Amino acid sequence: MVCDTCRERDAVVHLTQIVEAVVSQVHLCEQCAAARGIETTVSTAPKHPLGDFLQAVQQQAAQMPGDAARCSYCGTSLRDFRASGRLGCAQCYGAFEQSLRELLRRVHGSTRHEGWRHEANDPDVVAREATLEALRTRLSRAIEGEAFEEAAALRDQIRGLE
Amino acid sequence: MTLDLSLLPDGGLQWLIGNGEHAGIVLSSRIRLARNLAGFAFPTRAREGERLRVLHQVKATAARLPSLRNAAFVRVDECSRLERQVLHERHLVSRELVGLDRNNEAPAAAGVLVTGDAGVMVNEEDHLRVQVFRSGFDVLGALRQAEVMDMELGAALPYAAHSEFGFLTACPTNTGTGLRASVLIHLPGLVLTQEIGKVLQGLQHMGLTYRGLYGEGSDVLGNLFQISNQTTLGRSEEDLADQLVRVVRRVIEREEEARGVLSRDAGYIIEDKLWRAYGILRHARNLPAEEAMNLLSGLRLAAGMNLVSGLSVYTLNKLLIFSQSAHLSHTAGRMLTDGEANLARARYVRQILAHEARLPD
Repeated sequence: MVCDTCRERDAVVHLTQIVEAVVSQVHLCEQCAAARGIETTVSTAPKHPLGDFLQAVQQQAAQMPGDAARCSYCGTSLRDFRASGRLGCAQCYGAFEQSLRELLRRVHGSTRHEGWRHEANDPDVVAREATLEALRTRLSRAIEGEAFEEAAALRDQIRGLE
Repeated sequence: MTLDLSLLPDGGLQWLIGNGEHAGIVLSSRIRLARNLAGFAFPTRAREGERLRVLHQVKATAARLPSLRNAAFVRVDECSRLERQVLHERHLVSRELVGLDRNNEAPAAAGVLVTGDAGVMVNEEDHLRVQVFRSGFDVLGALRQAEVMDMELGAALPYAAHSEFGFLTACPTNTGTGLRASVLIHLPGLVLTQEIGKVLQGLQHMGLTYRGLYGEGSDVLGNLFQISNQTTLGRSEEDLADQLVRVVRRVIEREEEARGVLSRDAGYIIEDKLWRAYGILRHARNLPAEEAMNLLSGLRLAAGMNLVSGLSVYTLNKLLIFSQSAHLSHTAGRMLTDGEANLARARYVRQILAHEARLPD
């Protein structure tokens, strides 16, 4: 549907006007609507400390494809984040990295952590812990199933990693 | 679950003792660190089973750590509404963890570990909220203690972290250090001399922010303010805490100056205010919470200005916490109506002042 005024751009604002009991529909593009003084940006950002920043992200995201993109781990979308102000999981930081980097820069004035780090947070250490956990599970199953040869091999693997 | 408050080490209220630096002005110094565990969705997104696994993992880990071995563990979601409110009035848990922001329904698998001066909230907005409370103005001491707890926890639990962004939190306002360093400070001098507006405005220019007695969204009552850092990323924990200490030191000086002006120019008015406040607190039969807070602020100011002796900071701190509605209800053994709580509050305050205040006539 084209804009009723300029007849060029797509109409994105649809108004129902009632003038002297006559109901009419007006379809306008964003520019022509703005020229008539019609507010086209609907503020959906909730009122909380991040409101302004989230709105900025929203405007930025509106111009970017992938607004509806979801974090593959927890299913949170950028839209969900805008509504709640909360991310769903640690992986969201990777999924929405570009938007978040901008947001973090605006909130904190920096994106680089200068504080404490823990050895266990080293991705290698976390991965090793996960592997160990899996091996320990397999070991107890092997022992329960009396597969002692496999259990011995697993035990050696665990010792090696530890 | 029945919450036996006597099982909480020092009731989780060691800071009431009032013996730290500037304890007449700064009631307490606190550190909070937001942490999450890798491999689990953040609490608000996690399923109940996931939240339970986090809770059990944290509880089992804490039992092995020197800093938390003797902590009491409370399943907040299994407490009654009244018990949860008592924990909240003691600042041991947040509004969010006790469900005060959602029709008094506690979120599933919500827990808290409590030692005398520290603790860990589990499954609040983040999986872990490590917290330390110190009496008086001791932000750096609290930070050192929090660091020990965090190092122990972080060595045993896989924290969610990012090489650039640091510790990852549900809300990006906490990302990085996850640190909120704060002081609970009593500023009646600045309020009475109407300097407070300028001081609070100044805080924001220094990267700090302020809230009421019970944190985010709570009202400023009894001239008590919580001042804390606003940003968490791009500076080290020590830097952020140092900045708070430097600015709060200046605020304390301004408060002392204001008190000096008051006692010089309006000494008899302040003294009159004190005795009126004392008179009402000592004899009233019906005492609404807000009025009690304001009158107690008057007493605290008088004690701080050495207008009276025989009234300890400990007694004032105790009155502040134990005269609140949930504590009065807990003592009564049932939920009191507001009207009943006002009567119970008046009785409690009268009793404490009769026993613990040694004011000259």
